[in-house]
Amino acid sequence: MTKLGQWLCGLALLGSAWAALALAPPGLQPPAPLRQALLPLPIYLLVAFGCYSLATVGYRLATFNDCEEAAAELQEHIKAARADLRRRGLRL
Amino acid sequence: SGSAMAERLSVLLPTYNERDNLPLVVWLLVRTFRHSGIDFEIIIIDDGSPDGTQEVAKELEKIYGSDKIVSWVVISVLLSSGTAYIHGMKHATGNFIVIMDADLSHHVSLCFMYGGFILKQKEGNFDIVSGTRYRGNGGVYGWDLKRKLISRGANFLTQVLLRPGASDLTGSFRLYRKEVLQKLMEKCVSKGYVFQMEMIVRARQLGFTIGEVPISFVDRVYGESKLGGNEIVSFLKGLLTLFATT
Repeated sequence: MTKLGQWLCGLALLGSAWAALALAPPGLQPPAPLRQALLPLPIYLLVAFGCYSLATVGYRLATFNDCEEAAAELQEHIKAARADLRRRGLRL
Repeated sequence: SGSAMAERLSVLLPTYNERDNLPLVVWLLVRTFRHSGIDFEIIIIDDGSPDGTQEVAKELEKIYGSDKIVSWVVISVLLSSGTAYIHGMKHATGNFIVIMDADLSHHVSLCFMYGGFILKQKEGNFDIVSGTRYRGNGGVYGWDLKRKLISRGANFLTQVLLRPGASDLTGSFRLYRKEVLQKLMEKCVSKGYVFQMEMIVRARQLGFTIGEVPISFVDRVYGESKLGGNEIVSFLKGLLTLFATT
């Protein structure tokens, strides 16, 4: 199954469970407090996911390593390489 | 300890207009391989560069020997990474293939090939070892906040949608077993960034094992070639395609 397929299945499952409980006809409704919590649940989850995404990307951005050492090392490498290659006869 | 496996690493270097960087990359690779005593060859696949890259490649072949440096020219209007790898692999005699960029962005310190890729591969007997900029002491030099944000944001989206089991999907500094790379080349059809992503996704589908090793990406051209809207759009298109088809 493709990832899209997995998402659709998951959403269909959760969606129908939510609809069955939250939008049930009067005779089959769960108790009022549960219904009150259930109805806005999808929105809450969406907002929670949004917050999680922002926090995660923000954290990863803040901890993104700057490779100062590698850059400095590269400059040294380039000097050494140029000198050695000239010795070996390469016209640079 | 255990059986001594004869190992030869073939490095595939696709090039376009790299006459300045190519000798430096080759020098660094030769140095690190000789330092670690690894048997190697470097295969340069040039896309008909007009700046003399091929002449430089031929000179390097003379200096280091044609069993160590092999250079091929492919004249093609739309050479993508995929085509370059296919050409390169035809001539590769190693049992492991390293793909990397020829513009010095993939930092190769003295012990990296051995201490990085090879040790990791042995550690888990991995089919693929992927260099990651996002884990351990991997990272980037030369990117501003905006570029880093786009990178992290795109990667987050990729992780959520594809759950690929690898932290850096658009990276192109990797080690593959030769047979694994051949198998993947048959299956992958995308171009550019998305091609690298597709390789990892297909590898997971086919049950190949993937290890990760931190790499340093030193970007010296970012100032000249900022990430454009076009690239972002094509990345998103590619990501959604992979999401819907794999």
